[in-house]
Order: sequence, then structure tokens, then C-alpha cells
Amino acid sequence: MQAYLDHAATTPMRPESLAAMLPYLTEHFGNPSGSHAVARRARSAVDDARDEVAQCLGCGPGEVVFTSGGTEADNLAVLGVGASGRGTSMCSAVEHHAVGNTCAALGATVVPVDRSGVVDLDALAGALGPGVGLVSVMLVNNEVGSVQPLAEVDALVRELAPRALLHTDAVAAVGWLDVAALGAVADLVSVSAHKFGGPKGVGALVVRDRARLAPVLHGGAQERGRRPGTQDVAGIVGMAAALRVATAERDEAVARVGRLRDRLADGLTASIDGVGETAVRVGAGGVHDRSAKVASSCHLRIAGVDQEELLVLLDDEGVCASAGAACASGALEASHVLMAMGFAADDAKSAVRLSLGYTTDDGEIDHVLEVVPKVVERLRT
Amino acid sequence: MKVRVLVAMSGGVDSSVAAAILAQAGHDVEGATLKLWGGPSDSGCCSVADVEDARRVARQLGIDHHVFNFTDAFEAKVVTPYVADHAEGRTPNPCIECNRSIKFGLLLERALRLGFDALATGHHARVVVDHDSGAPRLRRGADSEKDQSYVLSMLTGRELGKVVLPVGDLTKAEVRARAGELRLGTAQKPDSQDVCFIHSTRGRRGFLAERMPLHGAELVEASSGEVVGTVAAGELVTVGQRRGLGVAVDGRRRYALTVDARARRITVGPSDQAVGTRVALDRAGWVGPALARGDRALAQTSAHGAATACTWEADAVVFDEPQPLVAPGQTVALYDAADPDAVVGAAVATVAADPVVAAVVAPSTVR
Repeated sequence: MQAYLDHAATTPMRPESLAAMLPYLTEHFGNPSGSHAVARRARSAVDDARDEVAQCLGCGPGEVVFTSGGTEADNLAVLGVGASGRGTSMCSAVEHHAVGNTCAALGATVVPVDRSGVVDLDALAGALGPGVGLVSVMLVNNEVGSVQPLAEVDALVRELAPRALLHTDAVAAVGWLDVAALGAVADLVSVSAHKFGGPKGVGALVVRDRARLAPVLHGGAQERGRRPGTQDVAGIVGMAAALRVATAERDEAVARVGRLRDRLADGLTASIDGVGETAVRVGAGGVHDRSAKVASSCHLRIAGVDQEELLVLLDDEGVCASAGAACASGALEASHVLMAMGFAADDAKSAVRLSLGYTTDDGEIDHVLEVVPKVVERLRT
Repeated sequence: MKVRVLVAMSGGVDSSVAAAILAQAGHDVEGATLKLWGGPSDSGCCSVADVEDARRVARQLGIDHHVFNFTDAFEAKVVTPYVADHAEGRTPNPCIECNRSIKFGLLLERALRLGFDALATGHHARVVVDHDSGAPRLRRGADSEKDQSYVLSMLTGRELGKVVLPVGDLTKAEVRARAGELRLGTAQKPDSQDVCFIHSTRGRRGFLAERMPLHGAELVEASSGEVVGTVAAGELVTVGQRRGLGVAVDGRRRYALTVDARARRITVGPSDQAVGTRVALDRAGWVGPALARGDRALAQTSAHGAATACTWEADAVVFDEPQPLVAPGQTVALYDAADPDAVVGAAVATVAADPVVAAVVAPSTVR
């Protein structure tokens, strides 16, 4: 029995996405920048995909810049604004490394978060000022699933740093939240196809017409000069197809997967002593309020258990889970997200992320509910 | 008997072949590479390239490979004591401490928790079960040039019972030949040198200077009490050292006889004073039964030194013949007088208290 609970790392490709891609890997191989019939066929596919992505993300087609993925989209946003001379940069302490490390390279201010992994609005207000050119706050944290108050962030930015552009890394939000509505306040929005059933190696940055940014790569005129390089036609087509399905099925997925997640999190917190659930509020009677996190996220800290050992034994039992980011060698790093949330290093090293996706079913949850307590008991003795 | 064994794979040729031998013997083998050091390093066992080498070998052998992050423990149990020892004027042996605390400590415990029966490494030494007692004993590796029993000498029978050293029966040349036959990418990889966390261009001085204050120290002639020179960093001087002191008296080069880092005072003397028969020891550990006072043994005081005849005195060894001074902090490995390849235990040299030297050292430096 296998249980794949690492959908936040990547989720299986949707059949619709693969089917949409195949012709562009075979017969329709043209370069969309050309002018002949073969090229025009490819160009037309990219245009259709752009329309589709724009509609799903709530922007105009001209506002979609296709990239090689979420990391490039984040880099283009942060570095592109940074190079435009608009002002200094600022990001939350729980951003993905694609934003956090890029901002760090620019000497950005880091805004702290609270114990739930939500950006501290008072600290943000204190840090904002007229010299700020970019504020980057993710829509959903990829590790603990906390949803960020983007509208409130936007209100503060408009008031206190009127020149600043607002960027949101929405990579972990697509498929679980209405990114078009929630991201509407942002000038720049990053998404990544393989997180919602598209292929790896393709993503997009929404760049609103009002936002100006300098290109990071230099080359041809593709993507209106904002991102040169021959487009990955098949990847772009596959992303659009996956995004269409993920958007259409979102309400159903949130309800169904949310129920599975609750069964998983309630089951494990009940069956194992010393488990803390991250980014939730515990109310009267020990009820866990998970309304401030996405439906796909179950993040636990299991006292007395080392995450590296837990992952090895879970893997032996067919459970694919994860725990934070890996460094270049492949070793796990103590999560910067949990450290920023105020957890001690030992707590951070006891963390495990079980992330659900559109393919998750009751059988997988049953298996995990059976395996995890057994493995934890073994590691604690 | 088929066993589940975790092989600590550094990315070097010895551990690559260790994994290959076990896998070919039909055991249930997995590999693990430890990330120990987060800082800059170029000679070390945990660069990204080394991890990739280990991963590639594991893939060739068809075994699973893990990367475990022990950087915090390495910092606490190896690097911090390394710095503290220098501050006290001792000369630590961080590789031995790493073996004790990390590889055969935390990693062995982890391997057992994960359901492995044993931990294997690529060390050139042998674990042999004693015919009479049935207890495991550590013996020198087949290649006397590459023997690493010294750096494993502090392992006790409890650990040795769970340790497999598959290349101990091979010479280094045989290990490389085996790796070549298997077309392992690590076959021609140079042996690792020196301390893994010390960057070759910055050296020990550069490393320590970032983590502790270094102080100048006076060089005091032991026989006369006269100050005969100074060094820029007394903490970097090792008992027995000659090079780098830059002093000669009556045309004879001087050796460091004692290092008192706190007093910033190093006593020096000619070569005939830089020897002793008694090495004070503490932190003794035993493979099996402890030696009794008066027992004969062979003592080896460095990784590639020769073992010499001595008598165990419970808090010291006394050599039959005067030997070069042993720096405090160095491990002294003890071998069986009747069976010179067998390790019986190890202890750590403390402040030198050889009466021959003590007699000529100013009283304030003797403790």
C-alpha cells in the first residue's frame, strides 16, 4: 500500500494536461515566434493557453508572463522590480526560498510572523515607508499551509508605501483558494504548473499593466520582452489545461480533501501523545480550528521524534511525506518557517508535512492513520 | 546470514567498496551520507560533490541512499570541544571524537532505531569475534600502511558488536582495484586528508581565529627559566612541536615541552628533553575487560605512529623506553602485548606529568 502525501512538493499530472501537451511534443512542434503555418499553430496554442491562464488568474492575457516555474516567476518579480529603481524590498519571514533568498540578495527587510505563521501586520506597518519599492507576501505558506491576509497587507502598503508594488507567491494556493479574487490586490502573482497537475518546468508571473519591471534575462522579444527565450509550448498548454481543471474542481476538492485532511489530523492528534498541529487554533474542547489554512495541509510536530528518522520509516511503509526544505546535499534543513514562527530547533526537527491532493483517497488516509502511530512508537522506544 | 546493514558512505572509495562488498554478499544494504559541516570546507567528507559521489555509487549498486543532517550535533560534540581544547592548550583529535560521538554514536543509534542490524563503514580495521569469549574485538586492518584501528580504538565492545568493517581485510590497492572492476566513480578518488572542517587555505589558525581569541605566548627555556622567544598564538602550539617555534639555544633547535595556554607560557627544551616515559591519561575506555595496573601493553599515540611497549598504570602508561612527548588531548590507543594487532582500549593524554620533564620545568607550569 502506498500513500502519497507530498502533494505540496508536487502532485500527479492531470490526464487532461498530459493529453493537451502531447500534440505539441510531436506533430505541432513549431517555434511560436515564427511566421509560417507550423509556427502559427504553436503560436495559436500559446495564445489560447494565455487566455485560459489569464481567465483563471483574473488578469488580462497581456498580463501573463510564462516562465520556467515558480522560482523564476518569483525571481522575475523581486529582481525585476528591484532593478527598476522603485525602492527597497521587503518580504515575510516565511516566504519560499525562491522569494526569501532573492530578497536577501537585495538586502531586503524581513517582516516577522506570528505563531500561526501569519505575517505580523503591526511589524509590517512599522517597516513600511515611502522608500519601499516591493513588498512580497505569499498567499499560502507552502510548509504549514497558513493563509496570509493579503487584502490587509495591501491596505497597509497602499497607505504607507504608495510607490511599492505588491507581489504574492501564489504557488501553494492554486487549486485550494480563489487566486483570481484573493490575488486581485497584488501587482505581481507567481504560480507553478506542477503544483496543480501540470508539468514541471513551467509557471507564470502575472504582471499587471500598472506594474513596471525590468527583465532579468536578456534576449529575444518573447513575452513582450519581459521573459525572452522560446516558449515551452507543450508545457504552457499543459499548464493551462491543468489550471482549467483545478479551477473548475476547486470547490469540490476543497470540500472533499478538507474532509480527508480533518480525518487525518484529528486521527493522528488523537492517537499519538505529544503531537502539535501547526498553524491551527485550538478552541474549547480541544477542537482544532483549521479555517486559517488551506484544505490540503496537515503539518504536525511529533515530540521526541526526529523527522529524518520518521521519513525513512514512513517511506519503508509506503508513506511519502516530507519535512521542510533540503539543502544542496539533500540533507534536511531546520525549517526557516518554523523557526520564524518561534518554534525551537528541536520542535522544528520533529516536524512532518503531510500534504494532500486531488488524488488523495480514504484508503491512503486509513493507511497513514495506521502506520504513523506504529512508527512513532518504534522511534520513541 | 542475511543482515540489514546501513553503510556510512562518505563519497570516498573505501566506503563505496564497503557498500559494494556487502551488497554483493546479498545483504540488505542501504547507504547514508552524513552532512556534518555547514561551513566552508574543501578537504572534507561532506561537500555536495562528495554526497553526489556517494549517491551515484549507491545507484550503481542498486541500494537506497539517505542523507542525514548531523550538523548541529557535529558542531556541539566535535567542533565546540575542538575549539575549547585549543583554548586550554590541548591538541584534540576531532576525527576520533566524530567517530565516537557521531558515526558510532548518533548514527549507530539511528541505524538500530530504523531497524538495521548493523552499521558498516569503510575504515581499514577489522572486527573479529573472540574464540573464547564470543565478544567482538577490534584488530588492525590488513593494510598496515592504511590501518585505522587507532581512530576506532575508543569503541567499546557494545558498539563493536554492531559494527561491520568490510574493507579491513583488503589493502588499499585491493580496494581501488575492486572499485575499478565495479567501475565505481570513486575508484581513483584521492584519500581524504586532514580535518574535514578546516579549509586548506585558511588553515587551523584561520578557523580558530574566528571562534576564539588567540594570544601571544612566551617561550621559556625549561632548564633556566629564561624567556628565549615568543609565538603569535600559544593556543596553536602542540607539545612536542619543533617547527614554527623559531628558537634555538646554543645552536640547538627547541621543542615545546609544555603548553600553558592560560599563563601564555610555553616551556621549551632541546630534543633530549622532548621525550618522556610516562603519559598521564584519563577517559579510558575498553573493548573488553579493562587492563589492570601493571599489565603490559603496546601504546600508539598517533594515527600512523608505531605502537611501543609500555606498562598500564591505571592513570598513565609508562613506556619501556623514552618516547617523543605526547600532547595533552591526543588519544593513546592500547594494543594487546601478546596479540599486537588487537586493540584493548584507548585513553586521552592529559597534562604531561613525566617526572623527567617535570623536574626541569618551572614549578608554576606543573599542575
